[in-house]
Amino acid sequence: MLGNEAVAEGALAAGLGFYAGYPITPSSEIAEILSERLPQRGGVFLQMEDEISSLAAVIGASVGGAKAATATSGPGFSLMQENIGFAVATEVPCVIISVMRAGPSTGQPTSPSQGDVMQARWGTHGDHPIIVLTASSVAECFRVTVTAFNLAERYRTPVILLLDEVVGHLRERVEMPPLEAVTVVERARPTMPPEWYFPYDENEGDVPALAPFGEGYRFHITGLFHDRAGFPTLRLDEIQPWVERVFRKINTHLEDILRWEEEGTGDAEIVLVSYGGSARAARHAMKVARGQGKAVGFLKLITLWPFPEAAVRRLAGEVKKMVVVEMNRGQMLLEVERVVAGRSQVVGVNRADGELVHPNDILKALEG
Amino acid sequence: MSRYELRLAGDGGQGLVLAGLILAEAALNEGKNALMTQSYGAQARGGPSRSEVIISDGEIDYPKVLSANLLLALSQDALDRHGRNVAKDALILVDASEVERAMVEGMMRFPFVETSRKIMGSEVGAGMVALGTVVQLTGIVSHRSLFAAIRHRVPSGTEEMNRRAVQAGFKLAQQGGGAALHSQPALASRGQKGGR
Repeated sequence: MLGNEAVAEGALAAGLGFYAGYPITPSSEIAEILSERLPQRGGVFLQMEDEISSLAAVIGASVGGAKAATATSGPGFSLMQENIGFAVATEVPCVIISVMRAGPSTGQPTSPSQGDVMQARWGTHGDHPIIVLTASSVAECFRVTVTAFNLAERYRTPVILLLDEVVGHLRERVEMPPLEAVTVVERARPTMPPEWYFPYDENEGDVPALAPFGEGYRFHITGLFHDRAGFPTLRLDEIQPWVERVFRKINTHLEDILRWEEEGTGDAEIVLVSYGGSARAARHAMKVARGQGKAVGFLKLITLWPFPEAAVRRLAGEVKKMVVVEMNRGQMLLEVERVVAGRSQVVGVNRADGELVHPNDILKALEG
Repeated sequence: MSRYELRLAGDGGQGLVLAGLILAEAALNEGKNALMTQSYGAQARGGPSRSEVIISDGEIDYPKVLSANLLLALSQDALDRHGRNVAKDALILVDASEVERAMVEGMMRFPFVETSRKIMGSEVGAGMVALGTVVQLTGIVSHRSLFAAIRHRVPSGTEEMNRRAVQAGFKLAQQGGGAALHSQPALASRGQKGGR
């Protein structure tokens, strides 16, 4: 199965009801598959005129009660940034899949990259929390896609699934779990009568229920700072609690949101840190190094944002060196350096020319 | 067999991605582990295109070819790009009409494109013919697994034509291919990238 196909299957398993997008390499297979499968089970597939309207339609559909997603790549992801911020501000659950290709600009549509890691974190304006996940195998594409929808619904937030061309266009064996074994989260819905409902009421907890439009719960939605009813406000005693709550709903649930995998880190002197397609090269290099008797471990990030600080902090000072492997000029390298704070040596193995990192380059970085 | 890497390279429109997909699926049919990637330009036809298949008894982490055990080159450009990045005892199969200039000793030449033109009327089946030759020469998958994968993967209505293409590929292998091309100094004026 193709990585992008597993993403489409994961979205369907998670309960996708609405997809809007504009096809773009190397994500197009996701749209292609969903354009056939989603309507077959009563969902809606819309091809929009561009990526701005695609995410706008997704946000609208989600407010209407559907689990909604779009898929794109770099150029389209850039266009979506404004509406990502709108979804953060209005607390509308949705999943934005971006299969990274070489850039900037049109770059090389069919070549891989991980150049959009910082864009996924900070691409939309204004200080904001965001959840960004990635995957390094076809099987993981399925699992992490389901997780993306679950986290979006649970925390009323956009979730970005940031894949790369290596994984999106990789075909490998995958054992699909039976659908009944897939855990699917549904968003909280209001139980009070419509006249008592406030969509942003912090007395209802950090994640207030979101009522679907059209069921009698009338409320206002705006990208402006808003009060508990959703109307614009200039009152600091309304704005400040909202800002704090939007961060708190993510930051107090890191145990649920942060995912990573470790291999051989227990006795490692050197740890390779990687994610997505690059993690395949890193794991290969780890096995070669271990075969040569070197104490090399592997830390694979699945959640990219919030950055899994705990995973790195535990290793900092314990290992001699951390080698951060990525298909960019060193984006997660900065995060690892920040958390390690000089307690271990940190070096990057970076490639940004549209080719996957070669294991030999990683093995070289283990020396010295 | 710990890790066997095949690189199928040529031009877009020669059916190399489909051939790689079928080979990987045939290997999976036999319970081996297999993985396939493809690489191509932005255009629908023409331009360099390749697929890579890695077959292993164990886990496959690195998904790209490190050092090909088998290289198929259906264009001069493909041979020029990938001819040197092969394992020491690699099998190198080139198209008899598309590749004029040798780069490495001991390459085998087969009329893949010409055979495809005879069977399918165009070079669209060259990858499929070559797949038959690859399988016959290496025995990497059985004919049975190969045909099962073909039936599953080719567009419906083309099964018979694809079966004939693969069988023609078997026959080419049995005939031993043409004379091996021997390496000669590269001629700057001939067989340049996309120069046909």
